[in-house]
Amino acid sequence: MTDIQGSSPSRRALIGWTGAGLALGAAVAGGAVAAANAGNDVDPAAAEAGGAVEFHGAHQAGVATPVQDRLHFAAFDVKTDDRAEFVQMLKDWTAAARRMTAGQAIGEGAYGGLAEAPPDDTGEALGLKPSRLTLTIGFGPSLFDKFGLRDKRPEALVDLPKFPGDNLDRSRTGGDLCVQACADDPQVAVHAIRNLARIGFGKVAIRWSQLGFGKTSSTTPDAQTPRNLFGFKDGTRNIAGTEEDRLKKFVWVGDGDGPEWMTGGSYLVARRIRMNVETWDRTSLQEQEDVFGRDKREGAPVGRAKEHDEPFLKAMKPDAHVRLAHPDSNDGITILRRGYSFTDGTDGLGRLDAGLFFLAYQRDVRKGFIPLQRRLAAHDALNEYIQHVGSALFAIPPGVRDSGDWWGRTLLSEEA
Amino acid sequence: MRAVRLSVVTAAATAAALTALTGCTEKSTAEGSDRAIRVTATDSKCEVSKKEFPAGHVEVAVENKGAKVTEVYLLFPDDRIVAERENIGPGTKQTVTAEVKAGDYQIACKPGMTGKGIRQTVKATGGGSVAKRDPRLDQAVAAYREYAQAQADETLPKVKVFTDAVKAGDLEAAKKAYAPSRLGWERTEPVAESFGDIDPKVDVREDGLEDGQKWTGWHRLEKALWQDKKIGAEEKSLADQLVTDLKEWQEKVGTAEITPTSMANGAKELLDEVATGKVTGEEERYSHTDLVDFKGNVEGAQKAYELLKPVASKNDPALAEELDKQFAALNALLDKYRSDKASYEFVSYDKVTENQQKELSDAVNALAEPLSKLAAAVVK
Repeated sequence: MTDIQGSSPSRRALIGWTGAGLALGAAVAGGAVAAANAGNDVDPAAAEAGGAVEFHGAHQAGVATPVQDRLHFAAFDVKTDDRAEFVQMLKDWTAAARRMTAGQAIGEGAYGGLAEAPPDDTGEALGLKPSRLTLTIGFGPSLFDKFGLRDKRPEALVDLPKFPGDNLDRSRTGGDLCVQACADDPQVAVHAIRNLARIGFGKVAIRWSQLGFGKTSSTTPDAQTPRNLFGFKDGTRNIAGTEEDRLKKFVWVGDGDGPEWMTGGSYLVARRIRMNVETWDRTSLQEQEDVFGRDKREGAPVGRAKEHDEPFLKAMKPDAHVRLAHPDSNDGITILRRGYSFTDGTDGLGRLDAGLFFLAYQRDVRKGFIPLQRRLAAHDALNEYIQHVGSALFAIPPGVRDSGDWWGRTLLSEEA
Repeated sequence: MRAVRLSVVTAAATAAALTALTGCTEKSTAEGSDRAIRVTATDSKCEVSKKEFPAGHVEVAVENKGAKVTEVYLLFPDDRIVAERENIGPGTKQTVTAEVKAGDYQIACKPGMTGKGIRQTVKATGGGSVAKRDPRLDQAVAAYREYAQAQADETLPKVKVFTDAVKAGDLEAAKKAYAPSRLGWERTEPVAESFGDIDPKVDVREDGLEDGQKWTGWHRLEKALWQDKKIGAEEKSLADQLVTDLKEWQEKVGTAEITPTSMANGAKELLDEVATGKVTGEEERYSHTDLVDFKGNVEGAQKAYELLKPVASKNDPALAEELDKQFAALNALLDKYRSDKASYEFVSYDKVTENQQKELSDAVNALAEPLSKLAAAVVK
């Protein structure tokens, strides 16, 4: 069969072209090309083409690579106790991810096969560009209770403590593994998760998932920091995909940090943070700005003129969000954030079911998210307007090296 | 269940064609390629542009120049359907594609979509000949037909127990006989539904009614017994009607169009019924006997699979192994909801927790996904 659909440029047709996109992905991962001066989060060449991001590399794409506009994040429970079957599924997933991130249909494609059998690919991404799809896999603490993996559980993969104010919904919390799908086209991201779930039936089952839009932070710091649903810029100083030193220091697991299989990986904290937008919207501008410690128009820290001006923390109220979250208040702690806004319509009371789906990557959550969140949960003025309702932690293994490699090999291969 | 489902019939129409397929096909080239056979259909003629063509992928490009809606068939000499296209309106064009091996065929136009059609004999040339259907598949179809008939035959007496209790005004006895009276129907639901006029009379739910449609059948009585908790003259007369309607099913079931692929996809459809209606508790919202239907659906799917397994396990051993495993897993899970493996008394579905429903749903997905590949394994 073929993917070519009529005369419009197909996803596969673009593959031949995407040498440029592939080179970009590899370069960003390797840090050789500065995309930071592009003026926004999107590399112009890749954006124009909706190009492909290289799937292979020392690190998984979807962490330090430029943040896309849309998210479909899914947490899975493992349903099989057969290790070989689980490994085969990870290999099948890797093969499908390799194709989907390149903009190709999976398996035998979405049409042209037996009329009486369902096609391998569900087809809703046919004709769409690769849209910079990245697929990033992670392993949750509970996975290590299975398949005799207990002694491979990294010490850094702790069970997150309960933070003050948490109101966690079991059905939005935890998971044996996760896949983060980011793309510029929501349909491309949803297609990817849907097809992985389908391949996984019987081996894994989706526990919960979250759609996101409007990235709330970027890994290519630029003139326009995205705003969250409270209308504020946040995470201005997020780590850039090009800052090799900071990535090495704060994001990538280094040699000797923990089990060898995690070297080159990272740890991901996912939190569903509900925002009480109705009460926020009734809050005076002064209080809104005090809560964040920034002005609403520019995003400049209190007493400063421009967003990127160095904040003077002591000028902010002691409970201001920026002051509490800033590395200077946290012994230099820095995390890489890839958060997305979400809204799942309205709740039964007619309130917008909306907020921030917080995704943060770090080298060690015990030195990253946990102390940071302890401080924020205890003191942040923002807590009056937000509530953490979902939570999960995953070990993000290193990248898939080449076409013979697969997701989780360093953890699960018999040689490993 | 849905109001009208004709899936078995439509599946049957294309199923025969698949027996001529040879694995994955190449999507064809532009219309008007030299492979295309042009058919000019009128109300009295069926003209073909060529009577011989090379075996392989063929396109039958039909233009209806008549005044009546027509349909065009490509047929094997014994009238089995290779490919067909219905509802070709006057002045319109349609293309029918098929994979054919060398041999004789017929092209039939049916102006007004009735009768045996106006026929032309055509010939596919080249090596080889059309594969005969595996005799084991014919045996499977025959055995499944017997199974469907037996289910209907065994159901009628159980329905009588139920309806007699209703007519006697015995609420408790009627409640007890309700779920068992449905088992045979649930086991063969895709076949039962293929008679589109019976299903809406016996198995429709209140929200499935069309404007002006009178609510009759099992679920209407279910509501009377469990929600209204009373049996009146209306219910007694509905009980009689249920028997009448199910007798029609019993008489027709032997005539259902059944093919190996419709069996395979029918098995998958039974799991779809579970996934959409039973797992959610919608099917038996008053009686909460969903798990009995659930079990019936799984048993019916498993029967169809077991009959096809000799061929399926040869063509795709890994698939057969997976299906064996997933049927066993789902059945083991269902067994947790009954005290005795021989009994059809299951836990009331309103006692099944959300987590348990998720577990059941996951197990259904785990089986239904590989089951959707059974049809391909059967015709490979």
